Amino acid sequence: MTAPGGSGAALVVRGLTKRYPRVLALDSVDWEVRAGEVHALVGENGAGKSTLARIVYGAAAPDGGTLELFGAPYAPRGPRDAVAAGVGLVHQHFMLVDTLTVWQNAVLGREPSRGGWIDGARARRELAEISRRFGLTLDPDARVADLSVGERQRLEIVKVLMRGARLLILDEPTAVLAPAEAEAMYATVGRLAAEGATVIVVTHRLAEVRRHADRATVLRRGAKIDTVDAKATDERELARLVVGRDPAPPRARAAREPGPVVLAVRDAREVRVGGTSRLRGVSLDVRAGEIVGIAGVEGNGQRELMEIVAGLVPFTGDVEIGGESVHRASPRAIRRLGVAHVPEDRLGAGVIPAMNVAENLLLGHEERFARAGTFDRGAIAAHARERIEAFDVRPADPDLALETLSGGNQQKVVLARETEDGPRLLLAAHPTRGVDVGAAESVHAALLAFRDAGGAVLLVSADLSEVRALADRVLVIYDGAIAAEYPRAEADEERLGLAMTGGRA
Amino acid sequence: MTLRSLGAAVLAPAASVAAALLFGALLILAIGESPLVVAEVCAKGVFGTAEGLATILFSATGLMCTGLSVAFAYRAGLFNIGAEGQVLVGAFVATLVALALPAAPALVLVPLCVVAAAIGGAFWGAIPGFLRARLGVHEVINTIMLNFLASALTGYLVVHVLREPGEMIPQTPAIPLAAHLPRLGEWTPLPAQSPANAALLVALAAALALAWILARTPFGFRVRALGLGERAARTAGLPVGATIVGAMAVAGAVAGLAGANEVLGFRYRFLDNFTGGIGFLGIAVALLGRARPGGVVIAALLFGALNAASLEIDLFTDVPREIGFVVQAAILLFVVAGDHVLRRRLAAGREG
Amino acid sequence: MDLDLFVSALRLAAPLLFAALGGVLSERSGVVNIALEGKLLAGAFAAAVVTHATGNPILGILGAAAGGALVGLLHATFCVLFRGEQIVVGVALNLLVLGVTQFAMRVLYGSSANTPTFPTRGFDVALVAAALVAVPVIHLLLARTRFGLRLHATGEHPEAVESLGVDPIRTRFAAVVLAGAVAGLGGAFLALSASQFVKNMSAGRGYLALAAVIFGKWRPLGAAAACLFFGIAEAVQIRLQGQGVPTQFVQMIPWILTMVALAGFVGRSRPPKALGVPYTGEK
Repeated sequence: MTAPGGSGAALVVRGLTKRYPRVLALDSVDWEVRAGEVHALVGENGAGKSTLARIVYGAAAPDGGTLELFGAPYAPRGPRDAVAAGVGLVHQHFMLVDTLTVWQNAVLGREPSRGGWIDGARARRELAEISRRFGLTLDPDARVADLSVGERQRLEIVKVLMRGARLLILDEPTAVLAPAEAEAMYATVGRLAAEGATVIVVTHRLAEVRRHADRATVLRRGAKIDTVDAKATDERELARLVVGRDPAPPRARAAREPGPVVLAVRDAREVRVGGTSRLRGVSLDVRAGEIVGIAGVEGNGQRELMEIVAGLVPFTGDVEIGGESVHRASPRAIRRLGVAHVPEDRLGAGVIPAMNVAENLLLGHEERFARAGTFDRGAIAAHARERIEAFDVRPADPDLALETLSGGNQQKVVLARETEDGPRLLLAAHPTRGVDVGAAESVHAALLAFRDAGGAVLLVSADLSEVRALADRVLVIYDGAIAAEYPRAEADEERLGLAMTGGRA
Repeated sequence: MTLRSLGAAVLAPAASVAAALLFGALLILAIGESPLVVAEVCAKGVFGTAEGLATILFSATGLMCTGLSVAFAYRAGLFNIGAEGQVLVGAFVATLVALALPAAPALVLVPLCVVAAAIGGAFWGAIPGFLRARLGVHEVINTIMLNFLASALTGYLVVHVLREPGEMIPQTPAIPLAAHLPRLGEWTPLPAQSPANAALLVALAAALALAWILARTPFGFRVRALGLGERAARTAGLPVGATIVGAMAVAGAVAGLAGANEVLGFRYRFLDNFTGGIGFLGIAVALLGRARPGGVVIAALLFGALNAASLEIDLFTDVPREIGFVVQAAILLFVVAGDHVLRRRLAAGREG
Repeated sequence: MDLDLFVSALRLAAPLLFAALGGVLSERSGVVNIALEGKLLAGAFAAAVVTHATGNPILGILGAAAGGALVGLLHATFCVLFRGEQIVVGVALNLLVLGVTQFAMRVLYGSSANTPTFPTRGFDVALVAAALVAVPVIHLLLARTRFGLRLHATGEHPEAVESLGVDPIRTRFAAVVLAGAVAGLGGAFLALSASQFVKNMSAGRGYLALAAVIFGKWRPLGAAAACLFFGIAEAVQIRLQGQGVPTQFVQMIPWILTMVALAGFVGRSRPPKALGVPYTGEK
């Protein structure tokens, strides 16, 4: 290993710590990136990758620890400092202005000008030069809105290079790319490194790490686990490092013969106005009395799948609930068919934070508590108390504003509301995200109880151990399609991890 | 009520009013007059006499209606900039009904005309609601456009179709006596000739009704859910489109009642373009009243007092009477600024 | 179309042009501009006061720009710095200017209805020409200068602008103040062409200009075309007055067209992506 601060190190990080109100995002991380290497930063959601990248880019300030960049102490007070020091970040969500052209986006913020006018000719020249040098072909006069996703990414990289970046951070660069585009992107990364640039690739996709990175650093729950030689480490081993050992054996559960098909999805893809669909045709069945778990790296189409079934986005293909096609049905109509939904974005779509617990329990059930058009307040209060007790919501006060509850108790409120009226299908997206361990237990218990009572559950989760603990069958979603299916007994973490990251078992 | 919500509901609006009054005082000082003298004149003339009180009540009636209208839509997360047009349409429809039934007895005609005003306003309010619910068009521009359309449309009808023969001013003939809302002076100690009329009771009843709808009915619950979390409401299967149209229709209906106040209670005919900004001032009243019916009633009374004060100022001081209007506009601006301060306080409180 | 009608249409379009160009500047930067009405009115009042006091219409025109910019400054302070509800701030400013101009008229001239008249010396015609010149100028400002490019980008994607080291808040602030100055010139035309200021003389033209901005798809040339069209409609309406034809129907055309355009029946009219969303900085 090169001596820290020596000419071989592009970036040295020592004892880096970052705390957010409820979580320790980075726990005293030591890390070194060599000059001219392609260095992968891998880990699960919430492992601390993004936080680390944001600190290096000056977009977040660490609570402790130091950084060195190209041998000099480095403490950026903002992205501007980072750019000046030669650090460039390619955001996962493109920072491009759709209505401007390629060259306009490329020079935005440092426009060459002559006599008060932007010197478009010079801008195009500068762009062409970078394009040629790094093999990043782009039509300078195309509007960004008309570019493919791969071209947009190329433009993002060009933008960073035009600002003189020597250390590039690519945040999940292939998350939104088709395989061929991803290959082209890594070819560019190789060219960058050959030209002397240092590239940090933040990624979930382990298959890419081995093929394209020199070294890889694994983060787990804010701590650095190891830095390994990417070429010498096989995918299984990397997957083990990323996921960690399974902490507890899957809970005991009653075996159950699944009943009739409740949800049937055939070749579904969402309709997106002015864009390409994330889903490439998903087909699946969920039967009564079974939990079907969807494992996958986030952004592979899970959200779109849930929104289709919940009636929130239009789609092509077919979705049948209890044998009834729900094409163009509203969320309200779909709920009438016996569908309940625990949405992914709890605070935005699951609850109304400014309303109190009793009111949140009332959402969608409000008509039932009206007599002659007026609320029966006694009945509402009794109902709230009953649900609060049944789901052990704490504190047990129906008049508290929902936003004052912890994430776990908020989720209990959602579950308490959604499991009313005996639905036959429950859509649960990341049901324990941001939920403390104890509450997660009761969420899991509630899902299993629902299944044991004959309900069908479609579960999406980024947490593999959750999927494994709950699901009777596990489907792996990758790049908008179901890539693999395993019965419960065969769904081990290695297999799933591999299928999730585009590898083959 | 926690300290925080007390601050949001009472202290911030009160501070906005205080700041706007201070601004008005500075303006008076700037033109070389004495704010204290002006305050004394207002206190005596407005609060010390039955005439002053009656003026407050009449002026507050219309503002209460438009304020409640804006407030109700706001609770659903909608911006009703169209109260002005809804008032016009409501007033016009009430006039039409009154003119069409010259022989009807008062017991029938008065309620019928009041309901007609509400229906006219509701129709005009439902249009932008429908466009929002069905086509996703933001209601702000459409409500503004509909203000002008209402003005042009009623203008046409009043000039070309229903114009009183031989009159220079474009206005309809007078409505039958049986359509008149009784003046409050007829059965209270208020002066008999003051324009304060039974529309005030209608407006207060509307405030009670809206408070009841919001707190005690499924529709009101949906309105609040929509305003506080549209995505959650949609996800939970609430009928979002119908709630939007319904909320705008109710908002329009209440605004239409302000038309009843003018036509049935005061002018006894429809005058071309009589509204004079009452719909826009309703926005100030609604926001000052924190979009709660009770708060709107208080805010409308305050604005009514400012209007009454303007008259006193005009009569007994050398300060232009527009000072009242300036203070009203400043209140709205300071309410916005107050929200900013409050937000920063809350954010600071959360971090600390 | 005969020449008289054409000239009349141009004169009627001139104030709309200035206000709509101001509207384009502000809305393209991401700030809703309901306050155009107030900016027009403030500009008209400032033009009248200054011209009356100095006898110099040029100073009056400069005063109008300053008056409009002052309203723009308030607008920017409350919307951009305080992140206030943009629609509410716009309505508040319109009311405030309406009240303050009448108040000030009463103080200065003893009447809240109108100011004394003053000689215009043909500068209203110059302003019509200036309005026509302003259209390509604002177009080029947006399309070809640093400020324009950044303004456009800020209205679409302020986070992207910030990530490139440009402050979206400063850009918006500047855009809104400049919008006030430009709209103020429209007010100058109103006052100079009438040789006096009359209370509420903008009479809804600010809202009409806002409709033109939307109808013109937030582009200077498109908005200008809409203004000219609205001007022609009004000229026709005036011509028809006294001939027994109900002019109100001609009056309604712009309003109905705007609603139809918004409903998506006349091509796609897409507002700037970040329009109306106060920028709070990176989270």
